[in-house]
Amino acid sequence: MMILSGDPPRSRVLTLILVVIILALAATPFLFPGAKALNVAAKICVFAALVASYDLLLGYTGSVSFAHTMFYGIGSYAIAITLYGMGPNWAAVATGIVVGLPLAALLALAIGLFSLRVAAIFFAMITLAVASAFQVLASQLSWLTGGEDGRSFQLPELLRPGTVLISKNLFGFEINGRILTFYLVFAVSALMILALLRVVNSPFGRVLQAIRENRFRAEALGFRTVFHLTYANCLAALVAAGAGILNALWLRYAGPDTSLSFSIMLDILLMVVIGGMGTIYGAIIGATIFILAQNYLQSLMGVASKAASEAGLPLLPGLLHPDRWLLWLGLLFIASVYFFPSGVVGRLRHGGGKNAASSH
Amino acid sequence: MTELAASDPLPKPKRDIAPILLPIALALVMIPLVGSPSTWLTLTAASLAMGMMIFIMASGLTLVFGLMDVLNFGHGAFIAVGAYIATLVFAPFAASVQADSLLVNLAVLAPAALLSMAVSGALGLVVERVLILPVYGQHLKQILMTTGGLIVAEQTLYALWGPQIIPMPLPASLRGSFILGDVAIAKYRVLAMLIGLAVFIAIQLVLNRTKLGLLIRAGVENREMVEALGYRIRRLFLGVFMTGSALAGLGGVMWALYREQVHASMSDELTVLIFVVVIIGGLGSIGGCFIGAILVAMVANYGGFLVPKLALVSNILLMVAILMWRPRGLYAVTSR
Repeated sequence: MMILSGDPPRSRVLTLILVVIILALAATPFLFPGAKALNVAAKICVFAALVASYDLLLGYTGSVSFAHTMFYGIGSYAIAITLYGMGPNWAAVATGIVVGLPLAALLALAIGLFSLRVAAIFFAMITLAVASAFQVLASQLSWLTGGEDGRSFQLPELLRPGTVLISKNLFGFEINGRILTFYLVFAVSALMILALLRVVNSPFGRVLQAIRENRFRAEALGFRTVFHLTYANCLAALVAAGAGILNALWLRYAGPDTSLSFSIMLDILLMVVIGGMGTIYGAIIGATIFILAQNYLQSLMGVASKAASEAGLPLLPGLLHPDRWLLWLGLLFIASVYFFPSGVVGRLRHGGGKNAASSH
Repeated sequence: MTELAASDPLPKPKRDIAPILLPIALALVMIPLVGSPSTWLTLTAASLAMGMMIFIMASGLTLVFGLMDVLNFGHGAFIAVGAYIATLVFAPFAASVQADSLLVNLAVLAPAALLSMAVSGALGLVVERVLILPVYGQHLKQILMTTGGLIVAEQTLYALWGPQIIPMPLPASLRGSFILGDVAIAKYRVLAMLIGLAVFIAIQLVLNRTKLGLLIRAGVENREMVEALGYRIRRLFLGVFMTGSALAGLGGVMWALYREQVHASMSDELTVLIFVVVIIGGLGSIGGCFIGAILVAMVANYGGFLVPKLALVSNILLMVAILMWRPRGLYAVTSR
């Protein structure tokens, strides 16, 4: 209970699903051979942490930010640029972390303070505008970021796939640098999610929820809502940048498409809402469902599209084309805001959409 | 407090002219910076044309928010839909579009624009009923719903038209420029300015000279009071939403012709621009929206000419500057 900060899943089915997901992720290198499965598992870990940090904003403070990928991108680019510029050593990794995290926090502070000066309703729009400007900036400053091509880099010796730590004849499995990197991603993501769980269950987290429910009343109770909201913004930005660092380390690459694009922001939004806002656990479930769908549903849709076009049906082949999978997720998104606004987790906990995580 | 006799005329509300002077001052300041007067005139004409197009797209959004407190993140979808519908009309009449006669060109252009407006407006009706009606008064859900709507609309456009960029050539008689001395002003920009100005004047007339406009303005200021007087504000709002969507469709057609191409991602790109304009202008204010659109276009054009690198973030800098001066936008009409 200590490790979950006294906030267990509170539903048998949910606990079971979470345990299965976490065990499956932890055992992926041994259970599912092949590079694709490992990539999917690593992406689930990274996104679970990223989505959990977004949940701190969306689910707990009720503010919609469209700048979350910006912080994710800052983390990714920080590590990519230092490893690219300083060569594959641990000093570069450390520099990337030391530069990236404070940069993300400072930017979050600036956005928070600025948008708190103006009407609260502007927050979503301002973050959207800032994020799009940042994205353009990142693709234009090509001497630093590599432009549209991004930056590919090498990892330190220890984390490379060629480094064999435990040879195959010991356990029957080879533990190499790639698998070590996977466990690094897994462990750091898990730590960040547990830390977020700690934050939302602290008195500070309770105040955030109070602000979400009624900002005016929270202020009347004597809480400095400006401080709390800005603090939450900075925390979320820090975790997002951390997830970005993990993402870049795993991909050995940082570019606009993998770390900054607006479609990632939409993905995060979908994951939070499908998993369940204001639960943190929802992030794990949302990320798992979404990324599995992204990677495996598409091939299924390809088959369906082919079948439809062979049957000579109009429109359907286009709608079922694998590239259109976002269309169906968009519909699922609208349907979940409609019918179960508290997401999978809320549904499992309360058996219905009654106790919506947030409605303001 | 001064005493007012019953026979005295009501005190006139103060006219706030500082925001109106802002774009004029900006344009004047730019004369020495740009250097050549003919370049300056061309740039100014370009900014005015671009500003009018942005205004047409943004006007609906600002009223929708002002009237009903609805944040529509899917407004960009109407723009893209409008542009795509216009390509449908343009394709079979390619010969008339390329004919070198203004009348023949307009005979295609006008129905295309009207059809786009009709389809966008009808789509607005569906969106309002299906996506927005269930989440009145809940900002978070409105943002989520309309963002979801934007995704679905964009993906549907991709599914129907394919992901490639569709070229949309400008009609032959609108190509080229008017040459006055050594100043060149593109013909299409003049048309865009005229249409934009016409839309602005029409909106202002409806808002200020008709009973409908009176109700809309009253609704922006205080929704409950209008309802208490027995008007069905939801119906009013639906009308405003559909008009706004139709205008976004018109703006989409004009923007597509301006860029001479159509792509579903234009909705993303323009959404950001429109938000900046609406924020600068003050949510709910048509006048503010008009000035904001011109300011954004001016900063983009002058900035792009003087410091091309700065143009990337110029919108944000402009927004920050304006909001530092007036935290609720140029004209704060709503009490929220």
